[in-house]
Amino acid sequence: MKAGSKTFHYGVRLPDCKITADSPIETAPLPSRVIISLHQNLGAPCQPLVKPGDRVLAGQKIGDTDDSISAPVHASVSGQVTDIITLADASGRRHKQALVIDSDGKDEWVQLNPANPDELSIQDTLRRVREAGVVGMGGAAFPSHIKLTLTGDTQIDTLILNGCECEPYITADHRIMLEHGEKVLSGLQIIRRLVCPDEVYIAIEDNKRDAIAHLSQLAASLNGGGINIVPMSTRYPTGAREILIKTLLGREVPINQRARSIGVLVHNVSTAMAVHQAVVEGKPFIERVVTVSGAVAQPKNLLVRLGTTLDDLLELCGGSCNDNIQLISGGPMTGSAQPDAGLPVTKATSCVLVKEIEAAEEMDCIRCGSCIDVCPKRLEPVTLAKYARAGRYQDCLRYYIDACLRCGCCSYVCPSHIPLLHYIKTAQADLGGKVYGDSARS
Amino acid sequence: MYIVVLVLLLPTAASVYYFGYNALLTIAITVGTAVLTEFLCRKIRRKPFTMDGSAVITGLLLALTLPPLIPPWMAALGAFFAIAVVKELFGGLGHNIFNPALAGRAFLQVSFPIPMATWVAPTGFSLDAVTSASPLSEALPQSVGDWYFYRDLLLGNTSGSIGETMALAIIAGGLLLIALRIIDWRTPFSYIVTVAVLCLVLGQDVIFHLLSGGLMLGAFFMATDYVTAPLTRRGRVIFGLGAGILTVLIRLYGGMPEGVCFSILIMNALTPLIDRYAGHKPYGYKKGAKSEA
Repeated sequence: MKAGSKTFHYGVRLPDCKITADSPIETAPLPSRVIISLHQNLGAPCQPLVKPGDRVLAGQKIGDTDDSISAPVHASVSGQVTDIITLADASGRRHKQALVIDSDGKDEWVQLNPANPDELSIQDTLRRVREAGVVGMGGAAFPSHIKLTLTGDTQIDTLILNGCECEPYITADHRIMLEHGEKVLSGLQIIRRLVCPDEVYIAIEDNKRDAIAHLSQLAASLNGGGINIVPMSTRYPTGAREILIKTLLGREVPINQRARSIGVLVHNVSTAMAVHQAVVEGKPFIERVVTVSGAVAQPKNLLVRLGTTLDDLLELCGGSCNDNIQLISGGPMTGSAQPDAGLPVTKATSCVLVKEIEAAEEMDCIRCGSCIDVCPKRLEPVTLAKYARAGRYQDCLRYYIDACLRCGCCSYVCPSHIPLLHYIKTAQADLGGKVYGDSARS
Repeated sequence: MYIVVLVLLLPTAASVYYFGYNALLTIAITVGTAVLTEFLCRKIRRKPFTMDGSAVITGLLLALTLPPLIPPWMAALGAFFAIAVVKELFGGLGHNIFNPALAGRAFLQVSFPIPMATWVAPTGFSLDAVTSASPLSEALPQSVGDWYFYRDLLLGNTSGSIGETMALAIIAGGLLLIALRIIDWRTPFSYIVTVAVLCLVLGQDVIFHLLSGGLMLGAFFMATDYVTAPLTRRGRVIFGLGAGILTVLIRLYGGMPEGVCFSILIMNALTPLIDRYAGHKPYGYKKGAKSEA
């Protein structure tokens, strides 16, 4: 364990708000109904494999596609498929199909076949990861089996497990590291075998000293060793993949390229656990830990079945504290406000935040340059937002708008309350799906 | 912004100490006129008016650059020009190109050259005034290494504009603003170092040049105005560099004893150009890397 925390100079120091940091994960009771979206990952949506009227078991594959960038979806409860509906996402632009399943309350599962990871070939390991539907759980939801497949002559010299969870309120990864550290490390060993790095790090922000100590202890007693647990200075957005790589290793990922082009792979700790569950337990990805926090009566870390609706979650936490609130899926910096509490938890949902609506009037830019000073990618948010509002997208590209992580530091510091991130995101969306290849979190 | 007003009270207090009623009157007039003018302009443009402190700062800064015996109507005219023409006509807060206080002072200097160059020795609260040349306008160079003279420059016991004489108050205020992270240290640092180095190279008295005239006020309070200075860190260093070079050139080879005012205004005009070309290379930049749609 290295003495002292690694830090970087940009970004902002946010209030932690980790009010659920000491709350053990509670397993939520079985929901009566789940809505399983057929498009829960970056890449192609799934086609439904079942239709209304069919009976399904928990863990049964109900959606898949042949597209190369894809991951299947599974039923998270046993019961009957009642409907295929269309969901609108928070932006209103994208519509996804979803299967509605009414639970029969029995929670009958498909046959799981566990395996010994040491006896599996790389191909079989990747196949099990895919079949379980594992995607990146740090927010990007990129199909993990593809991320873990090394193509061509890609060499990975450094593997980083991302336990930073730098966004306020969210404590899902923290609790998983504390309560399921062995599974995280088991997943790490599996990933290690797949990508063969020279160095392995687990990066954890130093506001999680207990997790750092716990994983250090577990790692020390592991066969083979060689895992460096590194405390990172608690600063936002340390957990953003590219910022993490720069802070930890001192290397920058070239613009428009992936981390693997410089030999680095970053994986979220919860995803590592999901890899363990897929490969060792043979368990499909049908439940995850979600932090429900903010203005709720009882903030909790809940282990919920995918497809549980947001209002079911809120009920389990005692409801919201007042009426003038918005429901945010994700954290306060990168999350998106949900238009409807009937929307479901998906593979990418790490947090449901209930926030009181604070309206701030947008004023003129005073050219203070604060946004430029904090931008972790060294961009000029004020200029990007200016061109974005004017619709001058070629100028936006000239200022590297596609390199923007959408971390939200700029909007946070703006003294004139200009929603810089909003303007940038709008331009990125208009410029096309290509810029959505990267995400603020690993 | 009111934090800046509070910090500006340091040189303001010094000015009142040295120049008494004259200083008080000038300050009251400029601040009052500035706020009133902004209110009227905003009403005429049918925009909301908020007391965000920017007009107060403009009035205060303008006052600090004016000579002690300036007629009140002239001070008011300068404040009016600063707000109505330099700021509001360009679009109001955030949209002006030129520093309103400095542009107001330049307007007065060009329109009323004699009163604007009439200096007096510090009067305190007496009603008498003795004209004297300001240190920069002296025909003969001061003796280098005269520590009593330097002390006078630092503590304000010389003639000059009401806010510029006590360099110590200004430096203290400026450092306070930097410590509070309200202004970027790069601009004043770059400006002052450039002036110092250039003076050294040209065989001038470095300390004299740093402490006399409006350099400290300009470096810490004028060149650091967000709206009229470059956005990027690198741009601000360039701004300080350019202002420093121009200040020394005007002082030594130009027709005016003081160069700060016009050098900052010229750099204000160059700011859009600096913004265009002095950006930082983003994270992961490689030569030839371009964004794709």
